[in-house]
Amino acid sequence: MDRYNRHIILSEIGPKGQEKLAAARVLVVGAGGLGCPVLQYLAAAGVGTIGIIDNDVVEESNLQRQILFGSASLGQNKAVAAKDRLNDLNNTIQINAYPEKLTFHNAMELFREYDIIVDGTDNFEARYLINDASVLSNKPVVFGAIHKFQGQVSVFNYNNGPTYRCVFPNKPGKHSVPNCSEVGVLGVLPGIIGTLLANEVLKVILGLGKVLSGKLLCYDALSSQVTTINVKRKEVKIQKVLQDKKIFQKRILGTTRKVDFTEVSLKEVMEKQDLQLIDVRELHEQPKVDDHRVLRIPLSRIEQHLDEISDRKIKAIFCQSGIRSKQAVSVLHNLQVNNCFSLKEGASEINRVIKESFNRVTNE
Amino acid sequence: MELKIKYFGLLAEVTGCEEESIFFSGNSISELLETLYTSYSGLKDKDFQVAQNMELVSPEDKITNTNIVLLPPFAGG
Repeated sequence: MDRYNRHIILSEIGPKGQEKLAAARVLVVGAGGLGCPVLQYLAAAGVGTIGIIDNDVVEESNLQRQILFGSASLGQNKAVAAKDRLNDLNNTIQINAYPEKLTFHNAMELFREYDIIVDGTDNFEARYLINDASVLSNKPVVFGAIHKFQGQVSVFNYNNGPTYRCVFPNKPGKHSVPNCSEVGVLGVLPGIIGTLLANEVLKVILGLGKVLSGKLLCYDALSSQVTTINVKRKEVKIQKVLQDKKIFQKRILGTTRKVDFTEVSLKEVMEKQDLQLIDVRELHEQPKVDDHRVLRIPLSRIEQHLDEISDRKIKAIFCQSGIRSKQAVSVLHNLQVNNCFSLKEGASEINRVIKESFNRVTNE
Repeated sequence: MELKIKYFGLLAEVTGCEEESIFFSGNSISELLETLYTSYSGLKDKDFQVAQNMELVSPEDKITNTNIVLLPPFAGG
């Protein structure tokens, strides 16, 4: 493809490297100062699947550095606005926008669907959550953080390398370290740091050069100096995260009550007269399942929409991969809603099964 | 011995300089930190790590090199 010609003629990348990029799945957490340049270069480079998670909206004060947005994006969710811009930049790749906050509820499920996580967030709550979820799901994290005129870059949890907690073991107090909105930031700084992050992502995917693992690169824009600190893996810090897995899972489910999930396959319940299918994915998620029996209620809003759920019908709940549907069953159980089952199949599979059964009926 | 100390991020705002040389006669990183806390009391309640000769070190480690960096975590993105 002509689009990637300048990559392909590099002997270090070539058609094989470009195929690796097309097959790669990268989740960018935070579509702000760092996220924008990362997303821009990954999309342009042809990274095949890019996820963007951010629950923030675009404000005028963002435009000084968050280069994917313009006046037309003001007030829009950042993940959605970024996706719109990137679709124009490269319409040959899959871009998934998640206009929600990264939480204990969704982190593990999302991370499972991607190969590399990019930390472009602006608070420690999210940074430690990303670290712990990446250790638990064994995914590398390309990390960037900025302060006024300085930035830090590293690749954590890569090939048994150190993690964020190996450098900064404990989460600082809530207001002890300010973020950009509090102290200001030179507009080009996240551009420089974000571009370094994009470079590390491409190196990890392509297996090129030396990945910035085991090192924390510190950049100072005013002196144009780079200081690189060597960091060692601290097994104690990593083991602690792994041991806390149970606590993490408990927080994911948001319940301490043990629930036996009743899992069924669509074929088992398909022919039931009083079947209600409930899609608990966020409304924007693809593919849509077009069937008159489908009720769409995102997991995050299930409690507010209880009145739409029939108590009498058999409720078969599904999502993308069968994880959120289990959570939904658990939530509904706790709310005393009966006859709830989690479907083994995800949305794509459900579409296929429905289509097959439709074809069978029309052929008969 | 004379140590060259570099302060990153908001630590430079506490010390009023990004880099300085100090004469230090102690042995360990923790002793160095005590000395710095005496000069800059604002450092005490800051989160940061110390690197010596571009390697992260712990407070109990001995001073073996004159090149010291104080490194806070950055929040911004």
